[in-house]
This record gives sequence, structure tokens and C-alpha cells, in this order.
Amino acid sequence: MYMTTLNKSSRRDFLKITSMTGGGLLLGFSWFTTEAQTPAILTEANFAGELGVNSYLSIATDGTITIFSPNPELGQNIMTSFPMIVAEELDADWNKVKVIQARLDTVKFDRQLTGGSGAIPHSYKRLRVAGATARSLLVTAAANKWNVPATECTTGDSFVIHTKTGKKLAYGDLVEDASKLTVPTDVPLKNRKDFKIIGKPIRNIENKKIITGKGIFGLDFYRPGMVFAMIQRPPAFGTKIKSVDSAAAKSMPGITDVVTFKNNVAIVGNSTWEIMKARKVLKVEYEKDGNIESTSDHDQLFTSLLNSDKPNVRRKDGDVDTAFKNADKIIKSEFQCPFVPHNPMEPMNFFAHVRPDGIELVGPTQTPASAREAVSKLLNVPEDKITVDITRLGGGFGRRLKYDYVLEAAELSSIIKKPVKLIWSREDDMMGGSYRPAVRYRFEAALDKQGNMIGYKLRGVGINLGNPVREDNFPSGAVDNLLIDSLEHTSPITTGAWRAPVTNFLAYAEQSFIDEVAIAAGKDPVQFRLDLLQKAKAKPVGAIKYDIGRMETVIKQAAEKSGWGKKSGVSQGFSVYFSHASYVAQVCEVVMNGKAPVVKKIYAVSDCGEVINKSGALQQVMGAIVDGMGHAMYGKLSFKNGASEQANFDTYRLIRMKEIPDIEAYFVDNGIDPTGLGEPALPPTGGAIANAIFKATGQRLRNQPFIEEPLFKTMKGF
Amino acid sequence: MATFNLNINGKQHRVDVAEDTPLLWVLRDHLGLVGTKFGCGIAECGACTVHLDGEAIKSCVYAVSDIKSAKITTIEGLSEKGDHPVQIAWDEVDVPQCGYCQSGQMMTAAAFLKQKPKPTMQEIADAMHGNICRCGAYHRIREAVKSASEKI
Repeated sequence: MYMTTLNKSSRRDFLKITSMTGGGLLLGFSWFTTEAQTPAILTEANFAGELGVNSYLSIATDGTITIFSPNPELGQNIMTSFPMIVAEELDADWNKVKVIQARLDTVKFDRQLTGGSGAIPHSYKRLRVAGATARSLLVTAAANKWNVPATECTTGDSFVIHTKTGKKLAYGDLVEDASKLTVPTDVPLKNRKDFKIIGKPIRNIENKKIITGKGIFGLDFYRPGMVFAMIQRPPAFGTKIKSVDSAAAKSMPGITDVVTFKNNVAIVGNSTWEIMKARKVLKVEYEKDGNIESTSDHDQLFTSLLNSDKPNVRRKDGDVDTAFKNADKIIKSEFQCPFVPHNPMEPMNFFAHVRPDGIELVGPTQTPASAREAVSKLLNVPEDKITVDITRLGGGFGRRLKYDYVLEAAELSSIIKKPVKLIWSREDDMMGGSYRPAVRYRFEAALDKQGNMIGYKLRGVGINLGNPVREDNFPSGAVDNLLIDSLEHTSPITTGAWRAPVTNFLAYAEQSFIDEVAIAAGKDPVQFRLDLLQKAKAKPVGAIKYDIGRMETVIKQAAEKSGWGKKSGVSQGFSVYFSHASYVAQVCEVVMNGKAPVVKKIYAVSDCGEVINKSGALQQVMGAIVDGMGHAMYGKLSFKNGASEQANFDTYRLIRMKEIPDIEAYFVDNGIDPTGLGEPALPPTGGAIANAIFKATGQRLRNQPFIEEPLFKTMKGF
Repeated sequence: MATFNLNINGKQHRVDVAEDTPLLWVLRDHLGLVGTKFGCGIAECGACTVHLDGEAIKSCVYAVSDIKSAKITTIEGLSEKGDHPVQIAWDEVDVPQCGYCQSGQMMTAAAFLKQKPKPTMQEIADAMHGNICRCGAYHRIREAVKSASEKI
């Protein structure tokens, strides 16, 4: 019997303890509320396998500690860093910790998704409380056994130690006794100076599986009796099926079904290659079903939206018209970024088995709960009859926040009444995916005679982008007269969140512009930013939704680490950005190889609060810089008559090993609770590179991808 | 359909598949060796890299009928206990992020190091340039290849 009801609506945290089958302690842990308080006890063992999987932390009598990781793992290393936090407060021997990916359970877990760099900030406190509570119980159990005060006991490496006598008891030997104790409600958390695991470089918990090729990804999931499927979707946005001739495809070896639903023609068969071959002889005609757009149309459209008199005003401070009228100097610039696909290395795929009694879903998704809800609605099956097992994701970058491919797999299984694994080809994903939206920005700045920025205007125009600006970000708050507005074009081209949504291109444009304004004002770009922040601190204008002090610190540290302005032989460019609650400043160094600028090095100083895993954090920062640089330099998806002109890696360029710069990454050590790191190091990179290249060549890169800019286009070897 | 006798990871396997079936799909769909990954299907990303008589090939475009008596090694057969110097280095340097491309990266690295046991960083970058890592783990991949070269 539960002493506290397991009720989501009450939004109370709980802990529960029970004897496990075979002996052991189980601490269940809810993910609701940030307070992480009010533990309760499960007094009667009513414990089947199901509860074990859904609960959070268990300690077996042999000392094995099992921690369940609820959030989808896509390379952000959550499966290692979540358990590290628990193990820290538990004082566990990390080598004895096992980690298991939990399946979707919206009752037991909260925010079981991967996106927005939010998992660690959301769960940090509650993970610590879970570990500390278990530790406290084990200490009490040992103290009772030795008949000594608990205050004389300490812990380490999965042992309780009596400090006076040096007596030791292993956690595994204490779990029976601990499970009979009342759960403490207010356990102290460690002082960060005592951390032994948090902040250390801990290797990815799944390394062994990855390096030996174990089948842990969605595409690796095979079920006896399942069939394979691929779907032919409309090749161009704004078209629909006119007619289908599937006779030839149906007669191909190994093909079991060819079915049409919505705008999809699914080819189903016994193996991947057989369906790929049959797809080549499938004949589908398409007809117009909406706007058929090309990139050249978008370029014109952006110009007209930039001149529209019906914008959506996002923020207005002071009186920009007067400021610009009184300006000594006006700087005006436009920047454009194209659509880009996400291109996670593991193509979209999902397993679905729609049975009369329920639905089984297995595969890679960043949003298992939303996917289940959508499948439930589509097939009219209650959510409690649908299970979702989350496999490791071969990358996400936002693509797997969408669950279109989950719906397709489920709908197809319901039609053919078979367990099916749906696979997208690379071309399917690149041509029919959900892209980072294309966008254009126009910035204007008014300077007075002393070079102070007295007016600032920004208009963002985007395609299926919603709000393309971050109106309360820097430099808002530091400029007396400011106007930020936007306009949007609705297109049949599907778009979606892409790692660091909006900021991944806005930061490049804004930080390039700030650089331009600083130079026009005759000021050092770093000092110009610091002066603006000083002004925001002394005389804030309107709402300021970033932390001025944290931004100042990363700026100053990046300048110091990189030797800003003190180096000869290299051209430096500066950029700083606040996104997803964290702050990252970068300095890019460019050297000239003849007429070609070469990105040699990028310094990064990140303030993401407490760093959980030094190794994983470095991966996130370095990977984000490589990602940011790759897409700024090369990324472009263009459209002709509604179809993307790039379909695979022969025509779409991703950054490769020979193109990477050296990276030196630092973290601000301030002990603030973690504020996220999966995305924040990406936004500053494009601007740092563009500013360094300007310094080296005098040419401002106003459009992405950079290699299509005049500076590079005339050169060979790019 | 035809029958092929394949030597994979030191064992003989018999498969009945169409002659043009790429080795990648024979490994994955017919033999359950899923460590070799599908990334692009056109030999551009390297996720499907395996060894054919010790040389790195892209299995997504290598027809099963062309293998004949050649010996195939996949990530599952790179070492018996996961302790090939490349595998050890990959773990020690903590290379994997999402991990999806890493089988292909390691197979490329292992074949390369056999030919060039003591490479420079530039030679490593040249050799690994054909393998895409979308997470951008290139610095550690490079470092791990270097580290593996010191273990061989």
C-alpha cells in the first residue's frame, strides 16, 4: 500500500522503498516539481518487474546499484550524467553502477524528453535528493547495527564507515535493514567542495556497447516475424498523389504489401534491400496541392517582408525615430541563412506493432510522450494500451522532436496488421524532413558623436519560423531607443526546431552586426560589448532577461584566455551569446593562406553553472562549435519547384575532420546550479568566425553558407 | 536469388539473397550483425565501413556477389573481447557521443593503422576524412587514432 497516492495531479514528489525480489532496497523517485521534497514510503512490498523498471534507483544485496535513466539519449550523454548526480550524493562506487534506459512512463517520470538543453537543469536537485536520501537510510541502518550515532558514520565507494573504529559495511549488506526504516524528509545535500564524481571526467556509460557494435539503436531493433517498410512521399512540397501504379513493385521478390495512405505509398517486404529495389519500380504521379516554392522566390519574398508596414512588434523601448533622426552615424546591415536539414547519422526509423489488445512502439525519439499521444489520437487507442521503448538515438539535433515517422509506422502496422520497422533513407530525410527555417534579418544602429549606440532596430523575417528574434536578449536593456519586430511567411516546406532553434542563426547575424557597429564607433568589439552591459547595469531600459554579470564574466574570460588584441600573425573575432539559460563567449582566430582565410582556432568560455561531467561537457562544447562552424560554412538546402536540390551527402556538405579548427574550451567555475549545455555553445560560433574573417580580409560575411559568399566563391579548394 | 558462402569474422555463413544485395544489408538483415551502420547508402559517410581482406570498404555499395572468398571483418569481429587497440583508445579517449558513426570510424582507423602504424596527425585527418561524425567528435577521433597507434 502506498502511504502517498501516486497522483500526478497532486504534483508531490515521493520516494518509496520496498524489499525487492531476491532482497534489496528500492528507492522510487518521482520527477514532478522542482522542490523534490515530501518522500513517502511504500510499506508493503507489492513489487513486480514493471515497477522495478519504472522506478529510479535500486541497490541489490550484492551491491549492484541500478539507476534508471528516463530521458532519451542522443549523444548529450544524459545516460551518464544523470546517474553521476545520483551516485555523487549516494557516495556510490561508480564502477558498480549500472544504468538502464527507462521506457516511457508519464506517471513515474516528468519531462521525459530531450530538447531545449533542459534535462540537467530540470532534474539536478531531485536527482541529488534521491541519492542523498538513499545514503541517509544506509547510514542509519549501519549506525543501528553498530549501535553508534549516525553522526559518527561516513560513506565512500558504496560503504558506510564508522570513523572512530574504522568498521565498514557494504551498501549491499545494509539494504535489508535500510528498507525497514522510515524515510527521512529533509536530508542534507553535499557541499560542492566534497564532490567526488560531479565535475570529474567520467566516460560514457555505453562506451563498451558502442565500441563493440552492440545493437542499441532503433535501426538495430529486429523482432522475429516483423516486416520492413519504406515510404514514397511526395518529392516536392506543395504536391499530392495523383495516381499510383504499384503493379511492378508488388511483383518484385520479397515484397509483401504495397499500400497507399494519405500522401504515402508504403512498400513492405522481407528485407531492406528488397523494398529499396521495389521502390525504384514504383510509379507514382503527383499533382499540385499548394504553393510550389523555390529559393529564388524566397529571396524576393524576404525583400518584400523587410519592407512591409505590418510587422509584429516584439519590443519597443524609447523613441527610435528621433534617435535615428539625431544620429551622427547610421549602420544598416542584412544577414540571411538558408534552410538546413538536421541530418542525424541514424536515419529516421521506428518499429510499430498494432495488435488488437494494444500497440508496441520501439525506436529513437526525443519526445516519446508526444509521440504516444499522437498515435493514440490517430488510431483511437487509449494511451495506457500503448508502450514506447526508447532506443539510443543516433543523433537528433531536433529532428526527432517530430514524431511523423512514428505515426507513419503505427498507421502502416494498423493497415497491414503486422509488426513493421519503417526506415527512411537519407534522401527521404533530406528531401522530406523538417528543416531549420530560412530567415533574413535587417539590423540598424544609430550612433551619437561619441560612438554610443543610441538607437537599435532589428527586423526578422522567416519562413514557418514563428518568432525569429529574441527580443529580450542582449543588447536589449542597454539601448535607450530600440525596436524589434518580425514577419512570417507560411510555406508548405515543413520546418522544425534545429539545435539551438532561432539562436543558431540569429546569434551569427547579431554578433556580426555588433562587431560592425563597434568598428564604426571606433571601439574595440570586446570593450563595446562590456560598455553596453555596464549601461544595462547602471541604467537598464525595459526588461532584461539575461544575467549581466554572467555575460560579463564569459566575455572577460574569453578575452583573457585568447589573449584578445595582443597577438600578431592571427586575426581574432569575438562573439558572445546567451541561450538556454547559459552563457558562452568565443574568440575565433583566422590566419591567411595566400588569399584564403583559414579558421585555425576557437577559444570558448562557457558558463553553464555546475559542470556535471567534464568529459561530456567538453564533448558538448567542442561538438557544438564544430556543428556551428560546419553549418555556417557549408550548410545549405535550396529548393527548386518545391523540391530540395540536395538529397544526400554527395550534394549536401557536412564538416569533416580536415576542416576542424583547434578548440580550447573553458568553463566558469561559479557553483550555480546547472543551466544546460547541449545547445548554448553553438550559437556564438558563426559570428566569431565571420568577425575573425572580417578582421583578416575586410570582408563581411552576410549570408550563410560562407563558402557561397564572394570571398570564398572565387577561390578553389573550398 | 543466389546462395553465397561468406567468411565473416572467421566464420562461414551461408545466405540466400539477390546478387546485387549490398554487404551492409546482408550483415544487418540476414546475419544480425547490426554493428555496421546505414548512414547514406552511397559511400559518402563511412558509417558502414568494414574490412575486406584487411582493407576498409564501404559495405553499403559493395554487392555480395563481389565478395567471393574474401575475408570480411566487421566491428563485432575486430577483436574477441573488445580490446583491439583502437577500441581501447576509443574508450579511454571517451570518443562516442551519439555513437552511431563510431563502428565505421573505428574500422577505418584499424585498417589505416595496419598500413601506417605511426601516422602524423595530418595523415590521420587525411585517412579519416571520409567518415562523417555529425556530433562533431573529430578532435577525439583524431586523438584516439593517435593513441591507438601508440598501443600497436
